[in-house]
Parts: sequence; C-alpha cells; structure tokens
Amino acid sequence: MVFINFISTAKFDTMRDYMFVFRTDYNAIPERTAEAAAAMTQRWMDWIGGIAAQGKLTDRGNRLENTGSVVKGKNVVTNGPYAEIKESIGGYTIVKANSYDEAIEMAKGCPIFSQGGNVEVREVSIL
Amino acid sequence: MEQQELIPHLFRTEFRKITSVLCSLFGIAHIEIAEDIASETFLSALETWTYKGIPENPVAWLYTVAKNKAKNHLARNALFNEKIAGQIKQTSSESEEIDIDLSDQNITDSQLRMLFTICHPSLPAEAQIGLALRILCGFGIDEIANALLSNKETINKRLYRAKEKLRAENINIELPSATEISARLENVLATLYLLFNEGYYSESNDAVLQEDLCLEAMQLTYLLIENELTNLPAVNALLSLMCFHASRFEARKNEQGEMVLYHDQDETLWNRELISKGVYHLNLASQGTALSKYHLEAGIAYWHTKKADTHEKWEAILQLYNQLLQIEYSPIAALNRTYALSKANGKEEAITEAEKLALTGNPYYHTLLGELYTDIDNKKALDHLQMACSLARTIADRQIIQKKMALLVH
Amino acid sequence: MKEFILIFRHEDGQKVASPEQIQVWMKQTMDWIGGIAAQNKFVQGNGLPFDEARIVGHNGVVTNGPFGDIKETIGGYIIVKADTIEEAVEFARGCPVLQGEGNTVEVRKIAKGDGVH
Repeated sequence: MVFINFISTAKFDTMRDYMFVFRTDYNAIPERTAEAAAAMTQRWMDWIGGIAAQGKLTDRGNRLENTGSVVKGKNVVTNGPYAEIKESIGGYTIVKANSYDEAIEMAKGCPIFSQGGNVEVREVSIL
Repeated sequence: MEQQELIPHLFRTEFRKITSVLCSLFGIAHIEIAEDIASETFLSALETWTYKGIPENPVAWLYTVAKNKAKNHLARNALFNEKIAGQIKQTSSESEEIDIDLSDQNITDSQLRMLFTICHPSLPAEAQIGLALRILCGFGIDEIANALLSNKETINKRLYRAKEKLRAENINIELPSATEISARLENVLATLYLLFNEGYYSESNDAVLQEDLCLEAMQLTYLLIENELTNLPAVNALLSLMCFHASRFEARKNEQGEMVLYHDQDETLWNRELISKGVYHLNLASQGTALSKYHLEAGIAYWHTKKADTHEKWEAILQLYNQLLQIEYSPIAALNRTYALSKANGKEEAITEAEKLALTGNPYYHTLLGELYTDIDNKKALDHLQMACSLARTIADRQIIQKKMALLVH
Repeated sequence: MKEFILIFRHEDGQKVASPEQIQVWMKQTMDWIGGIAAQNKFVQGNGLPFDEARIVGHNGVVTNGPFGDIKETIGGYIIVKADTIEEAVEFARGCPVLQGEGNTVEVRKIAKGDGVH
C-alpha cells in the first residue's frame, strides 16, 4: 500500500515546524497612546522580520480579534474567547527550527513579554 | 510506410526536433525563422520524394536538408548573419563553418530548453498550450484549432501574440538553474497537465486527435523524466496520472463513438501495460519528500484502476480527495469527494454533505444528488436529474442523464 | 469573506489513546476537514502534538507546557472562511474533538492586515 504510505510519511522539510501561540491577559493591558501602540507594532515587525531574514518563517501567522465563541458541544456555545484562564490567545506564528531548543531561543525574542504575556511553543504535525 | 503516410508521420516526430534545435541556436527572437526552415524542409521532402522516391534514411535526409537550409539562410541574410551568426561563431568552435548539431543529445536538450521557454510564467496558460502544440508537438494550425475547439484565425492570433511576448521579454532558451528549477517546473507541469486534459476531456468528436493530444503531453512529460535535473517526484506523479487515465482510452468509447461511463466500462479493454507503467512512476514519485496535487490525483487514478467496489478502495479515494481539496479546491473534486463519501460512509451522510456544497448551477451537482437520492427518495432523485438535464452542456451528458431517469421511472 | 480560526482545546492532553482510537479519530477529522474544503471554505490547519511542548514566559523562563497551571491543551487548529461567526461556529459543531468530554473548540476571528500580534 505504498500509495497511502507515501502520503502519511511525507515530510515537507528536513527542519520541523513549530507554532508560537501568544497569550496575554488583555484586560490587564493599560490603555496606550497611538505612539506607544505604533512602537509596539514596530517591535513585533522587527522580531518577525528577523526570523524571516533567517529563512525560518513558515507562516507569519495572524493576530486574533479579542471577541469570539467557544463551542463546548454540539449545542453549547458561549460568547467571548476561552475564559477558563486569564490569558487568552492573541495570535500565532509558525517558524522552522531544527529542535525545540532552537525554537525556544527564537521565542525568547518575542515582544509579548513586556506586556506580561507568554509564548507557547508547539511542534506542528500535518493534519 | 507509404509516402502519403510517411511525411505526416515524420512531420509529427521531426518538425519539433528541427525547430527546437534551430531556435535554441538562433535565439527566441528568431523563432519564426526556425519554424520556416523546418517547414521548408518538409516541403522539399514532399517535392523530392514524390519525384525520386523515398530515400534510404528519411530522417537523416531531413536533417541534412534542414542543416543546408539553415546555413543558406545564414549566408543569404546579411542582417541576420551579422547579428546572430557572429554570436554563434564566438560561442561555438573556432572553425568558420557553423555547426548545426542534430545529434540525439542536442535534440533532447533543445526540446527540454524549449519546453521551459514556452512554459515561461510571463505567458498566459492558453498561449503556452498553443505554442507547445505548435513547436513541441508539431501540430498544424488546423489541428490546434480542432483540438482546442477554436478556429484558425483565433489560434493564429494567439500564437502570434505569444511569440511577440517571448521576443519582448527576451527570454533565454535555457534550462533554469538547479535552484530555480522546482519553481519553474511547477508552471511546466501545469501546462502539460492542461494539455493532457484538453485531450482527455475534450468535447471534440475527433477521437484520434484527442488521443494524440494526450500522447504528446505524455511524451513531453517523459522528456522531463529523461533528464536528471528534472526527473523529480512531482513529474513522476504527473506521468503516472497520465498513464492511468490513458489506460482507459479503449474502454471509454463504444463502437458508436459514445462515451462509456467508468462504471459501465469493460475492464478487459483497459491497457494493462500503461497501468503498470503508472504504478512504476507512482512508486518513483513516492520517494520524494513533497506532496503535490499530482501525487494525490495519481493516487485517486490508481485506485480507479481497480474495478471492484471495495470499502478499502473508496475509503482510500475519500482520504485522497480530502487532502486534494485542502491543496486546491475545484467543484469537480468537491463532487467526486462527496461520491466517495457515499461509498465509504453511506448515502445519508453524503446527502447532507452534498447539499452543503450549494453548486446549484452545476449539472454534475444535480446528477450526484440524483444518484444519492435514488432508492432513498426517488421523487427527489428525479427532480435533481431533471434539473441536471436542463443544465447539461453537451448532448452526451444529456443522454447519460436521460438513461438514469429512465431507470428510475421503471 | 472573513477568516476564523477554530482552536481545538483538549481538557486533558495527557490522556493516552490506543492506535485504533487514534485511527478512528484521524478519519473523522479528515472527513470533517474534507467536508469544509469541499465547500471551498478551508484555508489551512495543523495538528499540535502534546509531547515536548514548552511555555516561554517573562524573563526567558521556560516551563514544561502545556500542562502547567492550565488544564486545557491545544491539540490543533484549522482556519476557515465564513461570512459570520455563526457560520464558523456551525463548522466547529462538527469537530470530532467535541466527542471528548470537556473538550472545546474556540472560534476566533482573524485580524487582517495590521501586522501586529
């Protein structure tokens, strides 16, 4: 059954992909001036640009709106982002790295820490 | 072979070789000169062979005449000579004589270079197909017009514009560098895939021409397989896909020339040799690391070479379609996926999923629902088939739907 | 059309499933995603295996995640196209992850074009 095998064993790169999941307690972030927000944007762009410059950005990812829903079962839907924990997911990025340690080193440069947030580092597997 | 058969046959096989070699030598700006010299060579053959008989080695005769015509052209046309021949002389050996190399190796290399030139991303897809048929497959303008369901005038205009574009972009006739090759190859494969599909799904009545188109697409794909640099997994996957489809040529038309659906085909008419060739190339394709849509489509086509309706078969096809749709959506893949779903997971689930597709203007959507509702709700089945019939684009499709409707009523 | 992310949250990522269970779950997931892709509403998706995950926090503190203070674990996500969040929620209802007790699917609209996370 080689025809099924090749599909399940196919790896798209010798390096592996890791996902950074960004979490912050959005309610705890104080109001910012437009300048401060622009400066923060710049820091994010610089950080991601730096990863891209190494040829290690698989998917620049997305920022998520701070509204949403949680589906708990076919008929149970609550409004708002996942609320069991204080921090909610603000966005994600996918990078390439040879190991978890390398991915973690990359994550350490993330500007989110200045906002009290954190980065979850997860290896990606193809669905 | 008699002369009246031999010349058209040689035209099909040798025209592209002579044109590719000359065009590679002269540069893309002079593509028409290369074509003209090749055409004149065949004209000479027609005149001379009628009078003197067929030479002992017709191909060698053609090459000698083409070489002489090319040299004469260089000698005669001062402007051309200055601009081009000067460059050629510099780059070739020091001898005064211009070498027109019609060795097997140079023929193969030149054709491959031309393939990459014609499939340049700056050209629209339809121009690439037209040029490929003319330059690489040696099709006449009439044949191209027939094959693409168009007319001579449109095709002439299309080819003219395509050549202008190649000239304007001043594209070098060369193989892309090793680093560029996989990106450029994508476009080449897309064109070869379209070329094959033009033949395979053509509504043209000329069955021979349809088959020819498919075989030419396969031959060009084979050019890529023969070169180490381009013998890549996606290329093998595409060739494998073509082999599996082509294996059903015999079986898909009945004696009256009507389309026979897969389901009703006589599988003893399937070409076993092509099927095993397909399996061979699919195995080669699976040695790579990347997964292209050609891999998935070849996988689906492979399972269709097994006629028996097993759960294993439909489950595999369903999963391949699930993946294919994630790479590239198309309505026909969505409909085929839903058919596979009905075979693997049952009709009820497939009906729910089919209705979500909302392809209400598509005749095949209604044909599918007609099929799914059969024996579950025959009234609905009939309604959908009627809808399909009124939306059908060809007489052949309408006949097939009407047959299904007749079965339902009885 | 807008884009929404469907995040699969597993209540207990340490639960061990048998290979047979995993196979059944994989088929259901692929059929679910295939159904969304067949409507031309699929954008992308990935699985996130549970083992070896880490959380990088303030001052470069790295903890073994995702099983720390938080009980829930992200097992994967897909991005879909939908006109409204209600349509995206309808997709989420079909997610096989919801068969596990306590599991949830978070549906969030993707912010486009501002380059900020």
